[in-house]
Amino acid sequence: MFGLNFGFLSKYWIYYSSGLWMTLKLAFWTLIFSTVIGVVLGMIRVGKHKVVNTVIDMWISFIRGVPVMLIVFIVYYGIATGLPSFWAGIVALTVNSSVYIAEHTRAGMQAVNKGQMEAARCIGMSHLEGNMYIIIPQAIKNILPSLANEFILLIKNTSIVSVIAIQELTYKSSIVRTNTFRAFEPLIVSAFIYFTVTWILNQGVRLLERRLHRND
Amino acid sequence: MTKRVNNEVVFSVKNLQKSFGDLQVLKDINLDIHRGEVVVVIGPSGSGKSTFLRCLNLLEQPTGGEIWFDGENILKYTKEIDAYRQKVGMVFQLFNLFENLSVLGNVTIGPLRVQKRNKEEVEKEAMELLARVGLADRANEYPSRLSGGQKQRVAIARTLAMKPEVILFDEATSALDPEMVGEVLKVMRELALSGMTMVVVTHEMGFAREVGDHLVFMDGGYIVEEGKPEDVMTNPQHQRTKNFLSKML
Repeated sequence: MFGLNFGFLSKYWIYYSSGLWMTLKLAFWTLIFSTVIGVVLGMIRVGKHKVVNTVIDMWISFIRGVPVMLIVFIVYYGIATGLPSFWAGIVALTVNSSVYIAEHTRAGMQAVNKGQMEAARCIGMSHLEGNMYIIIPQAIKNILPSLANEFILLIKNTSIVSVIAIQELTYKSSIVRTNTFRAFEPLIVSAFIYFTVTWILNQGVRLLERRLHRND
Repeated sequence: MTKRVNNEVVFSVKNLQKSFGDLQVLKDINLDIHRGEVVVVIGPSGSGKSTFLRCLNLLEQPTGGEIWFDGENILKYTKEIDAYRQKVGMVFQLFNLFENLSVLGNVTIGPLRVQKRNKEEVEKEAMELLARVGLADRANEYPSRLSGGQKQRVAIARTLAMKPEVILFDEATSALDPEMVGEVLKVMRELALSGMTMVVVTHEMGFAREVGDHLVFMDGGYIVEEGKPEDVMTNPQHQRTKNFLSKML
């Protein structure tokens, strides 16, 4: 059909598996760092410190306004020049994802009813305890759907770091393309792999969501 | 009623003022609240009743005057506020049950996390409290499954679990369907009879007359008139009180 030929896979499958492994490593570290940094940034942003909030807002709108590829270049060639490309890529991807996660966190926490914190304070909890035991558990429920979305974007964004020669899935499929003199099949294989990974992640998050909403 | 109000002053409020920006909500509030007393605060909306209540547990920071509690000026508190609030419980108009916790979790979280008490003992006490408000069989439900009246009774149990000296009720029955008001007032009445010191902002005149020891009528940021509920209701001295009561009764 259509004259497609996937025969190259028998020789080149190792390219895809090693590329996928690199993509997963990038995604894993970026996910961890950007979640931690994003959540902390978002929680600080919910506070009432005006100067801090202005600085955070400026940072968020700046990063949101710059293409991810450019952030990757700036980090790799401009700022973290001593860093191996793998870690420079993770730093750049983290910078990008964390600002979106910060915004989701802020929105999710602000969506929790104000009376919840008042009630917590009224039984003698400190602001911190109120956040820990009452606000954050409820905010997580609010944040999860948009966080899942962000994680999917994050996995797809890892393909961009191929521009600094990190040998992840997109980089490897380009090599296969050049070596086999075929364009469509090598690329469609990597597209299918990306889809499979994000689909699995999505199912996992759905399962978690259903568990968290059991009490509604 | 065989309840005795003692002479010991719990709260002494002197020249209390509270402004929100240019708007002065409380102008000059002076009131003593005694141990075991049920003080009922009535007045038109916007008169400052809720703000007054929220000043008593420092949910709002007063902008002037003094509030003495057990002989200490609480407006001087900084780090002591959290410890102070354990002694002064509050029940809200909109219940504010913790939505992420079960009924039992709502009642136990304060004693467990704030007072760091033993889990077994806390849960046993919580079940007794839930039985007292008639909800022992709902202990494992989540708030979203409860009716308004049930939520409010859980909220009262949650407050009681902290073993407070005083409980503030901020229009605790105003958000309830009429048929649920009774079940909450019943719990509040039993609480009053058990000798709990209560400050009750309410529109329930029947409750004020029957359960209240002292009635305070507020209007425009001042206490206009106060006294025994029976006296104030049947023989109000001020025109504003008369106008208000004629609309309520």
